[in-house]
Amino acid sequence: MTEIVITGLGATTPLGGDVASTWAGMLAGRSGVSLITEEWAAELPARIAAKVAVDPSELIDRVKARRLDRSTQLALVAAQEAWRDAGFDWDAEEGVDVDPQTLLVSLASGIGGLHSLLNNWDNHRDKGYRRVSPFTIPMLMANAPASNVGIQIHAKAGVHTPVSACASSNEAISLGIDQLRLGRAEIAVVGGTESTIHPLPMAAFGQMQALSRRNDEPERASRPWDRDRDGFVMGEGAAVLVIETLEHALARGAKIYGTLAGSGISADSHDIVQPDPSGAGQAKAMQKALANAGLTAGDIRHVNAHGTSTPQGDLTEAGSIRNALGAATDQVVVTSTKSMTGHLLGGAGALETIATVMALHDRLVPPTINLENPEPDLGIDIAANVARPLPDGDLAALNNSFGFGGANVAVVVTNANQTA
Amino acid sequence: MATTEEIRAQLAELVNEVAGVPVEDVQLDKSFVDDLDVDSLAMVEILVGCEEKFGVTIPDEESKNLKTVGDAVAYIEAHS
Repeated sequence: MTEIVITGLGATTPLGGDVASTWAGMLAGRSGVSLITEEWAAELPARIAAKVAVDPSELIDRVKARRLDRSTQLALVAAQEAWRDAGFDWDAEEGVDVDPQTLLVSLASGIGGLHSLLNNWDNHRDKGYRRVSPFTIPMLMANAPASNVGIQIHAKAGVHTPVSACASSNEAISLGIDQLRLGRAEIAVVGGTESTIHPLPMAAFGQMQALSRRNDEPERASRPWDRDRDGFVMGEGAAVLVIETLEHALARGAKIYGTLAGSGISADSHDIVQPDPSGAGQAKAMQKALANAGLTAGDIRHVNAHGTSTPQGDLTEAGSIRNALGAATDQVVVTSTKSMTGHLLGGAGALETIATVMALHDRLVPPTINLENPEPDLGIDIAANVARPLPDGDLAALNNSFGFGGANVAVVVTNANQTA
Repeated sequence: MATTEEIRAQLAELVNEVAGVPVEDVQLDKSFVDDLDVDSLAMVEILVGCEEKFGVTIPDEESKNLKTVGDAVAYIEAHS
């Protein structure tokens, strides 16, 4: 099977405006969560969130920025870093760096251009239809981030936007792997973005009782597998990877972070928001990913879990990891970086795939912070509160993402072919 | 009542804000599309901006007649 390698990384997150600062923040166990100080949050049950560390509008041309939803601005910032990291010129003319017919984009958002949609509705309701921006539709559509990245880098092999709630960007990565293996492109920009720190989703997720209400201790609110967890923390940001066939990467002498060895997708088809409590669907996604990668459970040394810090979700996932990996679970270090970044929804899978790539690259698993009183009998070994080293030699890891609607997507990363 | 130059200057600020055109380029003889590279969606935003700024109403069917900066200034002078 065609080998797919990772040659560029980019991110803008609650921990930093790029991969280096984000990764340093993760290894240090730093929380990106803080109190929402805007007046609109005052009455909400959950008033904390993990806002991006660097405002994207300051990095994008003013006139261009006013036509782009914040979620697209974040995607462009992350994509630019990844594209440059892969050795390309972000502003190059078409065809100079890459043959456009070999280049595709698969970049997700779970919810889309929410700020643009709701702000223009406010204008319509308060001032009439003439105050609705003519740019509203191209700003709110779910494929706006992918399409704007595609236009910038002249990607003509396809521009895709899979949507599966919080599994969206892992699905985008999975689609990228498949398209490259099918020969529909040789290089792909994959990832996800989300920006939903806005009164409506904060109220709506709050009404679901899905959000942590630890408003007086924001940095301690996201605490996967801790007995005192009470919901997830809304995060914001984007993460993007440049991936290509090994042949393409070698031909151009690219530096290689590691290999995207495979992916697995399943659907619970159980409930619109609750995971199947048996974890069967989640385990199936992990097992399919292993088979797709040509690996077995014994090859896995690390799992970057979905681990959102919800009461039910964390328990289900702990069980499904053991169901999928069996006795080999004992040699696996599990973590949830959401304990630090909050939950980036449609950006989460891509950010956590980058964290997984870096963990294998540096042989260091970032911690799950705030794990003071772990749930008993979880049956998984969690990198509690401090980073944990990984052994020498070949390493493989899983990154899990699960979404409302019952979507489960697991991605396998290995440290094979590293030249970086 | 604002003078022609005052209206042009305010319109220039609007065109700059929406489309990034330098204010000094927004002169009466310039065509929005051909000279200033203002696309159709930006043009809609500019005309709606005029409604807010100058208190005029510019119907959609009228907007296609406003090809130059001078056309727009003349319309605003006649209707505000």
